[in-house]
Amino acid sequence: MSTTKEIWVFAEQRNGRIAGVVNELLSKAQELAEKSGFEVAAVLPASGCADLCQELFNYGAKKVYTLDDPKLADYQNDYYSRAIAALINDKKPEIVLYGATTIGRSLAPTVAVMVDAGLTADCTQLDYDTEGCNLLQTRPAFGGNIMATIICPDHRPQMATVRSNVFKKEKLGDSEAGETIEYPVDLSGVPERMRRIEVVHEDDNTIDLNAAQYIVSGGRGVGKPENFKIIYDLASELGAAVGASRATVDAGWISHHHQVGQTGKTVCPVVYVACGISGAIQHLAGMQSSDVIVAVNKDPDAPIFDVADFGLIGDLHVIVPEFQKQIAAFKA
Amino acid sequence: MNIVVCIKQVPDSDKVTIDRETNRLNRAGVPSIINPFDENALEMALQLKDKHGGKVTVISMGPPQAVEALRTALSHGADDAILISDRKFGGADTWATSYTISLAIKKLEVQPDIILFGKQAIDGDTAQVGPGVAHFLDLPMLTYAKAVEPTDAGFKVEKVTEDGYEIWEIDKPAAFTVVKEANQLRMPSLKKKMAAKKAEIPTWGFDDLNPIEENIGLAGSPTKVSKIFAPPVKLNKEILSGEPAEMITELIQKLKERNVL
Ligand SMILES: Cc1cc2nc3c(=O)[nH]c(=O)nc-3n(C[C@H](O)[C@H](O)[C@H](O)COP(=O)(O)OP(=O)(O)OC[C@H]3O[C@@H](n4cnc5c(N)ncnc54)[C@H](O)[C@@H]3O)c2cc1C
Ligand SMILES: Nc1ncnc2c1ncn2[C@@H]1O[C@H](COP(=O)(O)O)[C@@H](O)[C@H]1O
Repeated sequence: MSTTKEIWVFAEQRNGRIAGVVNELLSKAQELAEKSGFEVAAVLPASGCADLCQELFNYGAKKVYTLDDPKLADYQNDYYSRAIAALINDKKPEIVLYGATTIGRSLAPTVAVMVDAGLTADCTQLDYDTEGCNLLQTRPAFGGNIMATIICPDHRPQMATVRSNVFKKEKLGDSEAGETIEYPVDLSGVPERMRRIEVVHEDDNTIDLNAAQYIVSGGRGVGKPENFKIIYDLASELGAAVGASRATVDAGWISHHHQVGQTGKTVCPVVYVACGISGAIQHLAGMQSSDVIVAVNKDPDAPIFDVADFGLIGDLHVIVPEFQKQIAAFKA
Repeated sequence: MNIVVCIKQVPDSDKVTIDRETNRLNRAGVPSIINPFDENALEMALQLKDKHGGKVTVISMGPPQAVEALRTALSHGADDAILISDRKFGGADTWATSYTISLAIKKLEVQPDIILFGKQAIDGDTAQVGPGVAHFLDLPMLTYAKAVEPTDAGFKVEKVTEDGYEIWEIDKPAAFTVVKEANQLRMPSLKKKMAAKKAEIPTWGFDDLNPIEENIGLAGSPTKVSKIFAPPVKLNKEILSGEPAEMITELIQKLKERNVL
């Protein structure tokens, strides 16, 4: 099978803004490029792409394939999948990476069956095996109980989705050079079978969990919805976002936008403070790669302490307000 | 309205552990359940049927014991069930699974107006089979559906996104993957439970579906598992206990030393 020796990153944009995960993937792709000798390229479906290419160059794309068409202004699965599949079938890249966003997780599996490629979801590590010439795609399975490394030896491209905040992004400069390739799009044969008619933003979080440097999360140990106040108070003192375990979301104490974990958000702050969270494997799956983890729990055997850098054994209703008080004093 | 729901039988991942010596899953005694998200897909189907009439068919692909998941679905109110099972289908990844399930749906006497999937299966968490099946059947597909209402031409759908939701219109027939927030599965009725025990559930195998052989099972799966291992654990943790005020003073000191405050 003859392929173009390229690693592609799907350059997801919403309202003309590139998703953060795209830049993280470009940084990772560069690392893979050094090992494999492949070149890093981005694929940008949009309507009016010119302004967005520079950002992609700045994070390491050497090339950007633009798919410029009014029908590609916003994500629509039929149009996006067909446009990208046509490009893949023509250029035959070695690797295609997608952010595991609500868009990437719909698009990538559709493209995978269209172009007959393997796809590994939610990878937490990517590496390149120079001997076998395979992308090593590592991800948790069975709710995080095991890790599995997946390869696609006989199919190209090798495709993977990665959640945001799993890899670190690294900007190379402000005016990196790169080549823009305007690839022709023909969607005339694709019937219009679905239309987005309304977009509603309802995030009540003052600080975006995905971008937060500090996160304070509450679990069932918080006791009741009103008690989340002490979590919010500590968070605002720290300039932190508020996270939550699924138990508290299911109980209706806090909205699901705050849920951290396997079925919530994956976060990677500098400091993650888990208060009254037992540390179920599904919760750990979403916060384990935080730089420093602080756990407050009254049960010394809680599994959260297995991943904590600093474990505080005791009652969160005393410890959390004390933490807030001392942070306030520290800042003063 | 003809509704198909795809359900997967999975080990209850809450109860799976790993043997850190052998890196194998301790699956002995771990109960099998209907994938939790598929319960939401099933409930959505039952509600659509309650409101608009029609028939709910549940389909599962797996080993012979997956028939139990189908019986459970019947006891909750599904009308019909089909098991896709054959040694030759074993080892299928999401690509081969999507292909095989799509053949079974094509074989149904009455083609569905709507096909529902769970958001993802909790054993693999891939969320790939829904979009895959939809493509093999050339159907429009929306993921993360929270509410689906029939319209004249198709459906109006509320789709959950990272920071809110979107409303879509989609032509009939269509496929959706359903999120947990959509609903909660109703209780099984005693009468249906009894009937489900005795229900004849057909098994469709290789000869029934007549697949292209290189598209099924292990051979039809582009992805291969090359290694399985236990997740790493943190070793240099510090446990603080004692008076809250002292604990916090020490913590803040340590966070400063780490340059994170
Ligand atoms: C398919 C699936 C997906 C899932 N996805 C997620 C997910 O994305 N995110 C997630 O979080 N969970 C997820 N879960 C649920 C997960 O398994 C746990 O049930 C959940 O994380 C538990 O939440 P918790 O730690 O708040 O509650 P609990 O497990 O009840 O823990 C509460 C903790 O608080 C401590 N505590 C109680 N009172 C105090 C006090 N006064 N002071 C200090 N400590 C106290 C207790 O010792 C205990 O450790 C998922 C489960 C499944 C099956
Ligand atoms: N073997 C299977 N049999 C029936 N449905 C399945 C099977 N595997 C996956 N599905 C469906 O596809 C959804 C997504 O599964 P997955 O792609 O494995 O995460 C599940 O929630 C089910 O609705």
